[in-house]
This record gives sequence, C-alpha cells and structure tokens, in this order.
Amino acid sequence: MTDRETLKADTESPSSRRRFIWGLWLGLGGVALLEYAWLIADFLRPRKKLADAVEAIVVAGPVERFEPDSVTPFPQGKFYLARLEDGGFLALSRECTHLGCTVPWIADEGRFVCPCHSSAFDIRGDVIDPPAPRALDYYAVRIENKIVKVDVSRPIKRPAFDWDQVTRV
Amino acid sequence: MTDGEGRTEERVGFLTRVWRSIVRGPVVPRDDRDRKWIVVNNLILHLRPLQLPAKTLRYTHTFGLGGMSLVLFLLLAATGILLMFVYEPTPERAYGSILTLQNEVLFGKLVRSIHHWSANFLIAIVALHLLRVYFTGGYVAPRQFNWVIGLFLLFCVLASNFTGYLMPWDQLSYWAITISTSMIGYVPLAGDWLQRVVRGGPEIGSATLINFYTLHTTIIPVTLVLLMAWHFWRVRKAHGVVVPRGADEEPDEKPERVLTLPNLLLREFVVATVLVAFVMVFSVFVNAPLDEAANPGMSPNPAKAPWYFVGIQELLLHVHPLFAVLIVPLLVAVALFLIPYLRYEKDTSGIFLMSREGRRSAAIAAAAALVVTPVYILIDEWWIDFGGWLPGLAPVIGNGLLPAAIGAAALLTFYAFIKKRFAVANNEAIQASFVFLAVAFTILTVTGVWFRGSGMALVWPWNL
Ligand code: HEM
Ligand code: FES
Repeated sequence: MTDRETLKADTESPSSRRRFIWGLWLGLGGVALLEYAWLIADFLRPRKKLADAVEAIVVAGPVERFEPDSVTPFPQGKFYLARLEDGGFLALSRECTHLGCTVPWIADEGRFVCPCHSSAFDIRGDVIDPPAPRALDYYAVRIENKIVKVDVSRPIKRPAFDWDQVTRV
Repeated sequence: MTDGEGRTEERVGFLTRVWRSIVRGPVVPRDDRDRKWIVVNNLILHLRPLQLPAKTLRYTHTFGLGGMSLVLFLLLAATGILLMFVYEPTPERAYGSILTLQNEVLFGKLVRSIHHWSANFLIAIVALHLLRVYFTGGYVAPRQFNWVIGLFLLFCVLASNFTGYLMPWDQLSYWAITISTSMIGYVPLAGDWLQRVVRGGPEIGSATLINFYTLHTTIIPVTLVLLMAWHFWRVRKAHGVVVPRGADEEPDEKPERVLTLPNLLLREFVVATVLVAFVMVFSVFVNAPLDEAANPGMSPNPAKAPWYFVGIQELLLHVHPLFAVLIVPLLVAVALFLIPYLRYEKDTSGIFLMSREGRRSAAIAAAAALVVTPVYILIDEWWIDFGGWLPGLAPVIGNGLLPAAIGAAALLTFYAFIKKRFAVANNEAIQASFVFLAVAFTILTVTGVWFRGSGMALVWPWNL
C-alpha cells in the first residue's frame, strides 16, 4: 500500500481494529482522568480522621470540685463542664449551633449568650432564644474513682436536652 | 557584494541581529499595514480582533468594565507574588508574617493594601460588568456561551476573594470564615461532609489554611488565566462586543469597522492607567484592615461574613437555613446560567434596556424592590412570626417553604403584571424580574453591612 492509499483507508472506512484501538486510547485516557480525580479527592480528605479514632480524654478533676448548678469552662478542651442541680454532669461544646461562634457563659443570667446573632442556651444547652436551631453539642463524660473525665474526640449532636445525656456519680 | 547599500544590510551588528530575531517586524507602526501586522503577530494582541465595529468604541457602551477586571487581576498577580515571599501559611506564623510585612518590609503595607483593595474592587467591577452585558443584550447568540464562561469567571473571583480572606489569620478573617463555612453545614445530607472537606477537618486550623492557600495562590489564578484567555478569544470570534443600536433600529449587518490598533488599544490604555493610578492613591490613603490575631475562644460581636456573602447571611436571618444557603442560591445560579438560553420573543441584542417599555418596566422593578425589600426586612424583624402563628408547622415549612412560596408567587405576579401592562414581549418582563432580584440582593447586602450592629440587631450606620 502506498501512503496515499493508507490515508484513504483511514478516512473512508476505519476498520474495526482501528476503531477498537481508538476506543482503547479514549478509555485509558478516561481511566487516567478518574485516577487523578480520585487522587485529588484523597489529598483533600480531612486529615483529622486518624485523630478521631483515638480517644482524646481530658481529666476535669474530682467530683466534689464542681458545685451543683455550676458551669466550669475548660478552654483547652473547648468545652464547659456543667453540673446540673441534681448533681449530674454534662460536658457542653462551646460552639454555637447557629454558625459556629464561641458562646460565653454569663453567670449572672445563668445562661450562654452567643455574641454573633444572640442565640441563648440554658445550663443544659437547650435553646432559649433562636436563631440557633438545636441544643449545644455535648461530649461523653465518664466518672472513674470519683474523677470526672471528658472524651473530647467527637461532639455528639442532639436536637434538645434529654436526661439520658447526663452522667451521674 | 558590490554595491554599498547591500553591504550595510549584510554587516549589521550582533545586537541588532539578535533584536531582529526576537522582533520580526515593526515596533513603531508607520501605517495601517504595520498596525495590522502587529496585532496579528503579537502573542497577546492576537487574542484581540484585528478590526472592530466603530460604534462599539463609545465608552458608555461597555464602560471598559471587562478591561478593568483584567487590569485588577494583573495588579493582584503582581502584588500577590510579592506577598508570597513574606507570607507563611501556618496558623502559628501567618499573623506574625503579616506584621513583619507591614512593619519591616519596604512598602509592605502599601503592597498589601493594593492587593486587598484590588480584590474588593474586582468583585464590584465584575458584578457591574455582568450588569452591563445583561443590559446591552450582550448574551444573545452568538455570545451565549461567553456569558457562561463569564459566570465561571465570577465564581472564580468570588472563590479567590473568599480563600484570600483567611490568609491574615486575624479575628476578622477567622470568624468570617467560621461563619461562612458553618453556612455550608446547613446543606442537607452532605452538609457536614462538605464542611469538613472545605475546612480540611472538623474545625478551622492548619489544614484549612494550607488548603485555602493552595487554592488561592495556584489553582484559582491558573484557572482564571485560562478562562480569561478563552473569554477574550470568544469576544474576538464574535467580531468584538455586541454593536449598540437604538430602540427602533434594525441590527446592522455590515457595521463600519476600524482598526483595533490604535483605536481600541489606546482607549484601553487610558482606562488602565487611570484605574491603576486610582488604586495606588486609594491604597496610600486607606490601609487594608488588620484586626487582632485570631482567637478561637472569643467571637467578636457582631461576626459578619465577608461583604459579598453578607446578603446570604442577611437572608439567613429571615428564612430557614435550607432555603437561605442552598435552595435560593441554587435557583439564582440556575437562572443566571439559563439567561442566554431562554426563548425570547424578540431580538434585543445591542439595545440598552431592550426598548422604551423595557426602560420603564426596569425603573418600576427597581422602585418596587427598593420599597418591598426594606419593608419586608422591617416587618419580619418586628411582626412576622410564622412559627409562632402556626405552631404545628415544621420550621422548614413555616420559616422556609411558606416565605419562599410567597416570594415566588409575588415575583410571578409581578412578572405577569409587567407583561400585561408594560411589555411588548416576554423580554421586558424577564428583564424586570432580573432587575427586581438584583436590587433586592443589593439591599440585603447593604442592610447586612451597614445596618446590623451588635447581636445582628438593626441599627443606624452611625451607631454601628
Ligand atoms: C474576571 C472576570 C471577567 C473579565 C476579566 C472579563 C473581561 C471581559 C472583556 C475584556 C470583555 C470585552 C468587553 C468589555 O470590556 O466589556 C468581556 C465581554 C463579555 N463578558 Fe466578560 N469578563 C469577566 C467576567 C464576566 C462575567 C461575570 C460575565 C457574565 C456572566 C461576562 C460575560 C461577558 C460577555 C457575554 C461578553 C461579550 C459581551 C458583548 O459582546 O457585548 N464576563 N469580558
Ligand atoms: S453563631 Fe451563635 S447565634 Fe449565630
């Protein structure tokens, strides 16, 4: 075959073998793109995952240090330890459930008031004033040998306060 | 070689020969032939058309807004590269490196201010450019797809500003990004996951900063350059921008053409110089803001998103988050993409505000939005309380679907009213709806920026 004839064959009726090879190239290109997309997704994946798996325990202190009906801030652990009137413990996240501002405890008023859009929460974390849509998240509390320990590895979401969430001595 | 002239041609010096190997034609054009040669053979100028319709040169047709966007981008690139030499993208060092830049580096403060103000002006200018293209009918075929490229450019400009906002790691940036990324969390089902991806973890920290830094200094600028080249190329392929015409004129099939060089390039040069001078002077007198170092334990009061997202934050105060952060922005985005592909009854390309009826109905729409939006904000603040009136209703319905349905019904009624009373075709009614929404969004933004004080309560700007 001369060059011209090859050219003709190419444009007029691609053989099924040629079509197959074209398809193969396209397919391989597609696979390469997918692999790259996968790589990007994996590079972007939140890297805190590993830390999540391990428990991060903050030792808050002996039970008697916390008066009933009091709130103690733990800035390092990013939570408040609330002791309710009946003596039960609740570790509240300090992150407002509206848009994530840090809520201070206003001791005089006995409530948390968010500086950003003025949501208010009571000592159990329940919403008193919107726009916050749900109660403050909380962390699991354990009491071992009369020592209060808080697992700050993951905040637990809840629509509202429930007595199940409280840890008692 | 026998004759003298031939000899001088042969014996040119080394530097001249090198110069001629680089620049293979005239640098200072003597005639139109030279001018054409330059535009066609210059790598960058080649993106431009050789000639363009004379009528499109009128400054008030485009206001040079697209060209201004390019100039601001170039200023951003030039100053951004300088900033990269000093800036350190870690939570521990970011704020300190900005202080170093401002206090110890020659013109550091000025360079940072130019970068800051160019970025903010760019958003405003690109938004105005979008309005200019809309109101001169620049999105009509064959320019439909360039509108779509333009929307991607708009998205990149917003993303670039947003990622840059976090860089100084001061109270302002930390909490603005906290608030904006928390808004993502309200997206149903995928919200938590999306938020974690954007933040690079459960909260804003070093992973967020390095992600934002990479996006801000590499991915977005490269994408912008590619998209801009495509955008300009499409303008060229459409033989320049849309040709302006009067309300009763037919489209001019063979408009009179003039050369790009010097007519267009000279005008662009003037606009660019004035703009650069303005940004420089502005940045000398107004410093880019820098708050105290970020403190995750203490939110400032009030905490606001960056100004271009404050409209959405304001919406969030009035309707359910599902609607404010997902459904409404999604519908608006879809509507923007559909604009060039709707079925219009008339071709209004090139006519400012479409027709006499178009002008009147646009004015009515702007006036209506100017009244309705503030009134709604006020009565929603002090009176409307669907949740309280209809206690049995889920908040998504009471605070979301109900106001959204009322809003949509009002817009449809408005559309029908304009169509019946003021419009010649559906064009004017669509334009009136566009104007209404654009003005309403502007008012939401203005309210959020200047009329929301501590605790996001309504206040006068002088009491802010
Ligand atoms: C970084 C952002 C952008 C840059 C640098 C840019 C630049 C330009 C330039 C230089 C022109 C020539 C005419 C003029 O100066 O007005 C132009 C035209 C155009 N732009 Fe943009 N633009 C940007 C964003 C947008 C956006 C957000 C849209 C709309 C969604 C858009 C849609 C268009 C269309 C449709 C045209 C052709 C208009 C006509 O022929 O009348 N562009 N752009
Ligand atoms: S972030 Fe707390 S009320 Fe908005």
